[in-house]
This record gives sequence, structure tokens and C-alpha cells, in this order.
Amino acid sequence: MERSLIERTAAEIARGVNRGEHSAAEAVDAALARVGDVEERVGAFLTVLSDDARNRACAIDERVRAGERLPLAGVPLAVKDNMCVTGTRTTCGSRILERWTAPYTATAVRRLEDAGAIVIGKTNLDEFAMGSSCENSALGVTRNPYDLSRVPGGSSGGSAAAVAGYEAAIGVGSDTGGSIREPGAFCNVIGFKPTYGRVSRYGLIAFASSLDQIGPLTRTVEDAALVYDAMAGYDPMDSTSIDRPVEPTAKGLLESLSGLKVGIVRQFDTRELGDDVDEVYDRAYHDLEALGAELHDVSLPTADYGLATYYLIAPAECSSNLARFDGVRYGSRVEAADVQAMYENTRAAGFGPEVKRRILIGTYALSSGYYDAYYVRAQKARTLIARDFEAAFAEVDLIACPAASSPAFTFNAKSDPYSMYMMDYYTIPMSLAGLPALSVPCGWVTPPGGALPLPMGLQFAAPLFSEKLLLGAAHAYESATKHALKHKPEVGARG
Amino acid sequence: MADVTLTRYQAVIGIECHVELKTLTKMFCGCPNEFGGEPNSKVCPVCLGMPGALPAANGEAIEHVVRAGLAFGAEIPAFSKFDRKNYFYPDMPKNYQISQYDMPLTLGGEVKFWREDGSMSACRLVRIHLEEDTGKSTHAGSGDGRIAGSAYSLVDFNRAGVPLMECVSEPEIHSAEDAVAYLESLRRTLLALGVSDVKMEEGSLRCDANVSIRPAGSTELGTKTEIKNMNSFRSVHRAIENEIARQIEVLESGGRIVQETRGWDEVNGVTHSMRSKELAHDYRYFPDPDLVPVEFSRETLESIRGSLPELPWRRFERLTGQYGVEPKQATQLVDNVALAEYFERVVAASRHPQQAKNLVLGDLSRLANETQIPVAESKVTPEALAELIALIEAKTINSKIAKDVLQRLWENGGSPKSIVESEGLAQTSDPAAVEKFVDDVLAANEKVVADYRAGKTNVAGFLVGQIMKASRGKADPALVNELLRKKLG
Repeated sequence: MERSLIERTAAEIARGVNRGEHSAAEAVDAALARVGDVEERVGAFLTVLSDDARNRACAIDERVRAGERLPLAGVPLAVKDNMCVTGTRTTCGSRILERWTAPYTATAVRRLEDAGAIVIGKTNLDEFAMGSSCENSALGVTRNPYDLSRVPGGSSGGSAAAVAGYEAAIGVGSDTGGSIREPGAFCNVIGFKPTYGRVSRYGLIAFASSLDQIGPLTRTVEDAALVYDAMAGYDPMDSTSIDRPVEPTAKGLLESLSGLKVGIVRQFDTRELGDDVDEVYDRAYHDLEALGAELHDVSLPTADYGLATYYLIAPAECSSNLARFDGVRYGSRVEAADVQAMYENTRAAGFGPEVKRRILIGTYALSSGYYDAYYVRAQKARTLIARDFEAAFAEVDLIACPAASSPAFTFNAKSDPYSMYMMDYYTIPMSLAGLPALSVPCGWVTPPGGALPLPMGLQFAAPLFSEKLLLGAAHAYESATKHALKHKPEVGARG
Repeated sequence: MADVTLTRYQAVIGIECHVELKTLTKMFCGCPNEFGGEPNSKVCPVCLGMPGALPAANGEAIEHVVRAGLAFGAEIPAFSKFDRKNYFYPDMPKNYQISQYDMPLTLGGEVKFWREDGSMSACRLVRIHLEEDTGKSTHAGSGDGRIAGSAYSLVDFNRAGVPLMECVSEPEIHSAEDAVAYLESLRRTLLALGVSDVKMEEGSLRCDANVSIRPAGSTELGTKTEIKNMNSFRSVHRAIENEIARQIEVLESGGRIVQETRGWDEVNGVTHSMRSKELAHDYRYFPDPDLVPVEFSRETLESIRGSLPELPWRRFERLTGQYGVEPKQATQLVDNVALAEYFERVVAASRHPQQAKNLVLGDLSRLANETQIPVAESKVTPEALAELIALIEAKTINSKIAKDVLQRLWENGGSPKSIVESEGLAQTSDPAAVEKFVDDVLAANEKVVADYRAGKTNVAGFLVGQIMKASRGKADPALVNELLRKKLG
């Protein structure tokens, strides 16, 4: 039986459009219809751009009729709402930008549009990408399509849920400490963070500039590769983007793990995560071996400092990055008698508690008298963590480890900030080292009490600029195991 | 203040300058870097600090600072970086300023400057760093433009993101005169380098002075105050003089100097305390994660060094030393590079600096003023002027004729030699010919001659004039005088 348009991968949709088997308009209409059907339950989007999407789809169809072939022709795209798209509301999930319209388009989004993708909406996120469940959004609740009583993960939870719920074929998110990989794992999709500097950050509203990286959320590794190939590359508008050729990844993805050396991190003991979770990872590592990989024990002695390091550097940068939201030029303003009081009122009303917490931590860490003890030491720790990875990658080609500390949890389950921060324990070290890493579905756990099975994600990390190898290995693992296909989302899979 | 009191103290002054660089575009975006314009007409997402916008450093601005550093003999570290200076202000779009904290583009160096009497001195630099300018606030509804009592404020971001060079001197200037001389030299150098318009009235040069005093002979620094709001070199001079006097008065009356910022009040000629409660600002500097470090290769530095023009202080030294030009005139020439180069070409061609100086700064400059045509663009080539000097030196023509020839050159150009020849303007030095003019005039003015002989010797001038007139100005004046004296006995 032929799969419906919404169930098709980006590769299939683009092929269909390029071959004239169906139009981009049909693909977009199908996606918008699906949004209409499930969005009330999922809540992936903060803004749906029906008219814009239909107009752009017609334009793509024209181009294809005129003979153009586009790698993402007519592919419905969900964009995390911290990326600017000209003329659309761009909120960061925050009251302070609730009514702000972006005057320009982020480079990464523009490149996807140039490749034929069609933005169908802007997705929910933890406010300013600070969180791991989307619960920190001030503007909406997003539910996990595989269990509507649970969170989709975060901060790119909206894009993950949109893709998992078949509302969009592909999504883009941003990952600062795990914000693509963790929701990817929670929502049974691929969540891929490229090497820092591979994708331009121009137009991505900054949380922590030295860590933020845009990447794809997709239902297949091949789609992640297609999205990456379209977005990656130097951008003069982002000085930290890397001016060095990008090796295309989507063509000729690996089919086997044979001969690959995969490191299992000694310090990441999955027995601490509970028997059912431990069993999934144990099984995943065995599968890698069964597929021809050589498993090696590797050591990341400083990885345990990742969380502490991250929670100094990221808040320090965010305390400065978010200073611009002051009510003077754009965004919400709460009037007051003088400018100081206006700042205070505006920011008190505009930011949620987690954002305020991090601004306070960061301001403190940068203060004179504390700078050396906190910020400088954190930078040194960051260097040590990167060196640990370098040493490990002298021994192995890839590292495999969990993508998150648990499967998706229920709403309000992590009310103390530290337990929420712990969700990113396995993803933060790679972010600090700037490494490319992704999460790929690796099995399911069924919580007691006859609840729905929950997806789990295996994280692969690779040396800097080794996207081709990383995606290839994930593709080989995905093809052989097909874990993602074992269960359907609670909201169903057919339009 | 009695001079006696003044000499018991030494003033110690350091100057901090902010210089807007002349570049095609702003420091971190593609907006034009131009003064003025409709408010908020030269802005983009980057210089407005829009969400998601990122800075990209302007290479031209970086090179300008390096040029300035090399001109002042500064060290250019191989590695430099940008930092964020965090504080909230409505005309600062991001609420942090991209600046440089501990690794500026240049370190050390010195500004050589000269005084009115021509003596040279120097003041060392601490550093020069690069940052972005802020926007401008206007406060409306209060009548006096102050924020206090205003109904609302407007911000113009045209200036936001304009590249700004901060140049910090060591505290080793000891008088208001030297402070101004330092600033003049700094301004002239930056102008010669082409890195800025350096106009105080347009705000492309802004400066603050750190002033302290100490007992003469002491090497310890006294408590300093920082003087702001000085809008001209004249106000720099007045403000520093005033502040030195104020500090002496405070100490003499048994008081203590308070470390503070003081604003110069141009109208009342005093400084007043601007100290506010946020004196201890914590700017929370940290490296800007949006920008990459600036690195220079030896080759780049050498190629910039090789492109530096002659520096004003060097020209001043040569003009006063080698050519004997008075300090005031030398300064005039330093400020008019085209005229100075013209002058030096005339000197080279004529090997006669004194005549060159008289003609270029005297007659030619007067003609230039009258006609509003710069000397260097006039029809008088340096070679023609050198030829004219040669004619004067050879006594082929006298100075009066020389003026006429110069006038013709100014109007029509050409060669002085051929003008003199074709118009028969050569001086008549033949004693017989001159004697004939003398005799004719004496014969025609018997009464005057009689008066002279009767003791009214002041009529000699009239007779000389008559003789010169009869010779159509060509008679050698020295010979005329000699013959006349002899004949009148």
C-alpha cells in the first residue's frame, strides 16, 4: 500500500515533486491538513503559516515545471521559533517577543528554502531554548506524539513533535547542550547537531553563542543528511561559521558498521539509569557489535564536569545575549516613570523563571571578583573536556552513549531545576567540545502500569567535521535495526 | 593663583581619545559609515541589535588602527580579540558594547608633538583599541534637552556601530599647553594617515583628560579626576588649567582631592562634579563569542608599515631644522600637505629655502587667498618659481619686477625667463644707462634738488621713485641710490 504524503520522507517527497508525480502544493496541503487534525492534541506549533506555505509551494511547482530540480522540493518544514523568518512572528517562546515580527530570514532557513523546502510553521520551544521539556515555553504546551501525557523534550520539542506527529516531513532545531538530541530521543526521530560552526547561526536568536548550533530533526538519517547538506557551509554573516568545504553526506551513506571502532564511555554507566533503560542500551551496544563494529572501552575522565562547566559558560553568555531585550527598540515594553524602571518592569514581566535564573547565574559568574573563579575555570574545564575527546578519538572512530538520561517524562515531573539539567548529562560534553553528534532511535521501554511504550535514543558522537562518518554509521544502524518503525504515535500515523 | 604657588606643584595629565574611523561601512555590519542623515536611516538588523543578528568585524577599521599603531611606533601583538563590555543604556542597541579589554590591537608607542616655540616632546601611549560607537539620545519636553524632567527620549542609531578607536596616553603630560600640543599632533597624524576626519565639532574626535597634581619633585601620582565634555582644543586648554588651579586650591586650603568624573562647563568656565552613584560599574567584560580573534602575519604588518605616509612631526622637524622655517610657518605647512610638498619641490629645484619660503608663504599664498585657488593647483609650477628665484638671485630682476612676473605667472603660467625676456623686464645694471635716468630726473626737478641741498634730505625718496619710474622699474635700485648720493653730494 502506498504511504500517504504525510508519511513520506523528505527524500521521497522531493523525488515525487521533481519527477512530477505530485506537486509541492499537494505535499504542503497534506501537511497542513494533518496539522489541522492533530495540532490541538500535540501543540507543536506557535504559528502556522498556511497562506505563506501554499504560496511558496506554488512557486516551487513553477520552478520544477520550468525544469529545476531541488533537493528538498516541496518538503514541508517546521522551524523552531528562535530562528528568524522575514515577516513572521518569531517569539523564542517568550512573552518578551510574543508580538515581534522578524525583519529578515536566518541563513540556515533561507538555504533550506533555496533547496525547495517550505516553512509551514514556527514550533514551540523552551523559552530562549533554555530547558529540556518545552515546559519553559511561555506561549504554549507541546505534547509528545507517542504519549500525550508526556513532554516532547526540549528545547527543540516543537520541531521534534511536529516531525514525530507527521505534521511536517522535516524540522530544524537548535542544540546548545542537547536541545536537538534529547527531544529527538524522546520523540523517536533523528536529532542531529553538526560540528560547531558548520551551520550559520545568523538569524538564530542566541542563547549561548559559543555552543548554539542549528541542526535537523527528521524521521530518517537520510533526511537528516539532506537537510544538513542544504544548510551547511560558510556564511560571511557569521564570523564563527567555518570557511572550509563541506563534504556532502546524503549520497552513499554507509550500509554497514563493519570495521568501525566504536567507543563505549567507561564513565557513562547506564546501570544508574534503571534496569529497563540499561537493558535498551546494553542491547544497542550488542547490536553495534553484531553489525560488525569493534567495541572499545574509552575514558572521558573530565566528562563528569560537563554539566557544571556548561552551567557557567551558557548562562554567562546568555546573560549578555539577552541584555538586548529591554523594551527600548522592539518586543514588549512595560512603561514606567524612568528608563531604569522601564527596563526592570519589562524584563520582570517578559522573562520566565528559568531565563531569569540563568541570567542571574551568568551575571554572577562574570562579575568582577568571581570571573576567574567561575568563567575562566569553566573555560579551562571546557578545554580539558575537548582534549579527553581528542584522546578518545585517537583510539576509536565514533563514540556511542545514551542521548538522554531517561525516556520522555510526564509534565511537571522535573520541577527542581537540577533534575531537569541532568537530562542533558550525556549530550553536554559533546557540545562543549563542539563535536558533531546525533541521536538515533534504539529501542523502547514500557513504563509499569500498562502505559504506552516510549522511544529511546542512542547518541553517536564523532570527531570534528566527521559528519559523513557520523551520519553513515547512524544510517547503517537504523537500516539494520528499524527501531523507529516498531510503534506508531498515539496520534496515529495516517492523514 | 599666584605663580609662586603654581611652581610648588606639578600637574600630571593623561589623555583618552575616542576617534571615529573613516571607513566605507560600520564596524560590524554593511551600513554606510557617514555622519548625519535622517535619524535611523543608516541602520540594519546588526547595528540595531535585532534578535539573531551577528557582528562581522570590518577589516578596514582594524587596518586603520594598526596603521595608527605603526605610525606611533606601537607594538602590534600577533593575537588580539574583541570583548563585550556589558551595561544598559538606551542608545546602546545590544546593551553591551563590543570593545577590547585585555588584548588590544596595539600596545605602547608614543606621540611626538611640538610646542609653539618649535621644541619637540613626546608622550607615550598605553594602548589603542577598537570598539563600536553608540547611538545618540535626544531628550524632549524638558526645554533644556536634559534627561531630568523630559517627557520622552528619542534614539538615533545612525552612529551606532561606527568604528571607534580609543587611544589612551600615559599620564606624562604636565601642562595644558602640552596637552593641546599632544592632541594637535595626534589629530594631524591621524589625518595624514587617512584613518579619520578627526573633527571635534562632528564628534569624530572626543577626548577626556585625567588630571592630578603633586608636589614638584615628587614621583608619586596624586588623586586624579577625569574631565569630560570638552568640545574644542580651546576648551581642553581652559578645562585643564581650571582643574589644575582648582586642585591646588583644594590642597592649599587643607582639603583632599576626591577621585571623580568632572564635567567642563564651557559657559561658566568651571568643572563640576558628575559623580553618580554607579561609580563602581562592573562591566563584566568577557571575550565576545560571536567574533574570532584577530591575527596578523609579519607580511601584512610590513606591507602596512610600507604604506605609511610621512608623519607630520617629521616634516615639522625637517622644515624647522633643515630649511629654517619658523615654527608657526612650519606648522602652517604641516597642515597643508599639498603646499608643503610644493614648497619642498621649490626648495629642491632652487636650493634657496629663504626665497622659497618668502614667495610660497608670502606672495603666492596671498594670491591663493585672493583667487581661492590653492597654490599647488595654480598655474605657477614649482619649477617656474625656482626659475624666478634664480632670476632674483642673479639680480636679473629686482623684487618689484619679480612681483609683476609672479602676477603674470599666476594668471597665465609659463616661464619667468621668457616673460622677462619678451617684455624686456631685465634689470638695468649698466652704470651709464642708469646715470642717464638719474641725470634726466635731476635736470627735470631742479627745485627738489635745491630743497635737498638746503637740508630737506627726505625728498631723496621722491627722486628715487621718479628715477625708477623713468626706467620702468628696471633700474638696479642699489645703483640708483649710489649714483644719486654721489650726484647730490
